Amino acid sequence: MAASSDSTFETVEHDVLVIGAGGAGLRAAIEAAGTGVRVGLITKSLLGKAHTVMAEGGMAAAMGNVDDRDSWRVHFADTMRGGQYLNNWRMAELHAKEAPDRVKELEAWGALFDRTPDGRILQRNFGGHRYPRLAHTGDRTGLEMIRTLQDHGVHQGIDVHMEVTVLTLLKDGDRIAGAFAYDRDRGHFKLFKAPAVVMATGGIGRAYKITSNSWEYTGDGQSLAYHAGAALQDMEFVQFHPTGMIWPPSVRGILVTEGVRGEGGILKNSEGKRFMFDNIPENYKSSTADNPEEGWKYTQGDKNSRRPPELLTRDHVARMINIEVKAGRGSPHGGAFLDIAWIKERLPNAEAHIKRKLPSMYHQFMQLANMDITKQPMEIGPTTHYVMGGVRVDGDTQMTTVPGLFACGEVAAGLHGANRLGGNSLSDLIVFGKRAGEFAAKFAKENPKVTIDPKQAAAAEAAAIAPFARAANADGPYQVQEALQDSMQANVGIVRLQDEMETALATIQGLKKKAANVAVLGNREYNPGWHTALDLPNLLTVSEAITRCAIERKESRGGHFRDDYPEKDPAFGSFNLLITKGTDGEMQLTRQPIPEMPAHLKEVVEENK
Amino acid sequence: MSTMTDSGTRKQTFSLWRGERGTGAFKDYEATVTDGMVVLDVVHQIQAEQANDLACRWNCKAGKCGSCSAEINGKPKLMCMTRLDQLPANEPVTVEPMRAFPHVKDLVTDVSWNFEVKKKILKFVPRAPDAPDGTWRIQQADSDRVQEYRKCIECFLCQDVCHVLRDHHMHDEFIGPRFLLYAAALEMHPLDTGDRVPALKKDFGIGLCNITKCCTEVCPEHIQITDNAIIPLKERVADEYFDPLGQLVQIFSRRKEK
Ligand SMILES: Cc1cc2nc3c(=O)[nH]c(=O)nc-3n(C[C@H](O)[C@H](O)[C@H](O)COP(=O)(O)OP(=O)(O)OC[C@H]3O[C@@H](n4cnc5c(N)ncnc54)[C@H](O)[C@@H]3O)c2cc1C
Ligand code: SF4
Ligand code: SF4
Ligand code: FES
Repeated sequence: MAASSDSTFETVEHDVLVIGAGGAGLRAAIEAAGTGVRVGLITKSLLGKAHTVMAEGGMAAAMGNVDDRDSWRVHFADTMRGGQYLNNWRMAELHAKEAPDRVKELEAWGALFDRTPDGRILQRNFGGHRYPRLAHTGDRTGLEMIRTLQDHGVHQGIDVHMEVTVLTLLKDGDRIAGAFAYDRDRGHFKLFKAPAVVMATGGIGRAYKITSNSWEYTGDGQSLAYHAGAALQDMEFVQFHPTGMIWPPSVRGILVTEGVRGEGGILKNSEGKRFMFDNIPENYKSSTADNPEEGWKYTQGDKNSRRPPELLTRDHVARMINIEVKAGRGSPHGGAFLDIAWIKERLPNAEAHIKRKLPSMYHQFMQLANMDITKQPMEIGPTTHYVMGGVRVDGDTQMTTVPGLFACGEVAAGLHGANRLGGNSLSDLIVFGKRAGEFAAKFAKENPKVTIDPKQAAAAEAAAIAPFARAANADGPYQVQEALQDSMQANVGIVRLQDEMETALATIQGLKKKAANVAVLGNREYNPGWHTALDLPNLLTVSEAITRCAIERKESRGGHFRDDYPEKDPAFGSFNLLITKGTDGEMQLTRQPIPEMPAHLKEVVEENK
Repeated sequence: MSTMTDSGTRKQTFSLWRGERGTGAFKDYEATVTDGMVVLDVVHQIQAEQANDLACRWNCKAGKCGSCSAEINGKPKLMCMTRLDQLPANEPVTVEPMRAFPHVKDLVTDVSWNFEVKKKILKFVPRAPDAPDGTWRIQQADSDRVQEYRKCIECFLCQDVCHVLRDHHMHDEFIGPRFLLYAAALEMHPLDTGDRVPALKKDFGIGLCNITKCCTEVCPEHIQITDNAIIPLKERVADEYFDPLGQLVQIFSRRKEK
């Protein structure tokens, strides 16, 4: 029956429970299974459908196949500069050093990347990366990654639980003990008991109205970890990707890969002016082209040229577009023009070239916007894309502040600091997915005994079925979700202001009450209305964390831009913002000093200035 | 039915399949639509405003994940890539679940069989690395073909339309076009040394495919499933099993081709 409790839920035991089957979760599960422990893998969707499948441009790894001047040192320095030095430098170091091996490992598991003329893995240019660094398969690199991991993973003896959603984490005293979940199919509850749990649940994009993210991105991992006692870090840093589709309205937010600019695409305003040359940030001046000719040569692989300003970091490009729109020089639907068709002035068979290099972009615009990108410029505008902040982890082991709880991939914080470079996420997934799997397995072996407290599960179950019992005239879940998205988009978006953010906070408090009172129709079988209702507390938790951190950071840096504090303030460059749950149940904000970078890394930063 | 209004929006009827586990019927919903919309937008709109519990799958809304497969006006398609202006504006649009798989609810089917089938196919078995840096050298020209196969987003629309599965229900004997394609991608992978030919004949039922090409027609990735994957595999099987003399030659040349 719809509203009754079935309290006899199935209990499943694993040594390591991985929540999330994107690149990070799959890689973690494979690693853990390889050590011989019993591994369970949970995903809200079917296998192979996680966000990772959508990644387009590529994964960053300093293999030096295209430009042998590249090395982990340059990659490290680029990542730190891009993150405005709020990064966990240990993670940035490990990432830069280990990414090449992780990419080669994918090849050994069957991934087929595009090739250089001498048969090695081809690497492409991307914003903020000094050298061509992104291993890729056309513009569907994420598909190549997830399919490779999925096809390899299903032969490793991992128990996969598809279309199962975790509602809450279970604790045994201070440590993790497992998770409580429901299956979408029947709406049955499941209790997972595990001495080690890896969070790999991805991002938060659904907190905003315009986003490249799917329904899955409701901040579940961040929220569940927070409520289980883990610290969240740097939540104010949300990445707005400069190029999302904006027309027709139904495609608004869908991503246009940075690869378009990597292949020579340029940004223009309604007057036909290439505005990106207007303002090049000081710390990028020496590495940015100062004329179109040089920029073009760079995209065509000329090693003596510097990158065009279109390939500056995403936060900067998104703001530049915003400025054009505000000044009345935007495109008809409130964005800018991204033109790749122009390269026919330079290349003899430009049309075929574009179709080969950017096949899914060609396809996407043809099919969804009825437009041929080899002939016309695209209309684009910023879209909520990625969250740099997330669960705070130890750089080496990926363990959170809760013993036995690990986090990797987009849900974890640290690697990207204030702004993520394109391509650094896919490599993040495999580098830290592997580490999380390895250390979670180790933890499980060393601390195998946990006890489940049935009261925790019973409370989660009661809360989950409550919406069915509510009067049908209460608010519907979709309306609450939409109200939150509208508010976050308007008040905590690309350009932020104190009073707007305070409005957002008040809205969140009001919506929390509504969310606690939403009514759900129908029964528990595959009921999206119910699922949406259960996502709401997570969305609200992450929205509150983002807003509180954004209010606290009274400066502009990376993905966080404040109109009332438009400059970077060095005083804010020495700490991360942490959010933890206080004993009163409210959010506590603290400033966590960033430990000093060791001399050998300082040296690397200096030599790459 | 469709009626135009001044703002470029119009009203149109959508007949959506509603019901659970094999039972159900079309139910009509009136929706306010514009031409730029795709079918998935309308389904979401109906879900948010009129039928909160309407079940459907989706993730990317950009034709990349293969979650939103359904039969639209009787044709297997991705809901997120089917624009309303490609459909007749003055008729109701019907949306129903894929019919070749067990029904779960509304537009959702149980596709788990596909995941089980895949596990039975011998996994990738690379040859030993042969470049000095411990990896391989592969030419782009040798990757092109397999990269085409690897564009598959596992929407299972080809499985849905193949008569061997849809009409004859031979799920135990036949792995379907998606997994013939998968086997072809492994067989023709420049590094792979596994041999799936005997299994293709004995366990995977490649002989049951009679090259109707219905699968190729519905593939949203425009993969030439029949011509580029199934037919070459059939040739390998035929060579190995029906021509004892040619068999040795073939095994030899197949190995070398890799
Ligand atoms: C359109 C697009 C293009 C991109 N292109 C690039 C690119 O070119 N290069 C790059 O480096 N990055 C790119 N990114 C970013 C990158 O793809 C993502 O950051 C990355 O894939 C996230 O991987 P993940 O493994 O952390 O999470 P995901 O792949 O999102 O997986 C999350 C998993 O967690 C599961 N999950 C979530 N909540 C729960 C729950 N409560 N219970 C159970 N399971 C749950 C989900 O079902 C899913 O399986 C792109 C992103 C988008 C949207
Ligand atoms: S060509 Fe073969 S696999 Fe494809 S639909 Fe026809 S019978 Fe099925
Ligand atoms: S081959 Fe084409 S139709 Fe079949 S599952 Fe793959 S993408 Fe879908
Ligand atoms: S939602 Fe991903 S293919 Fe339609």
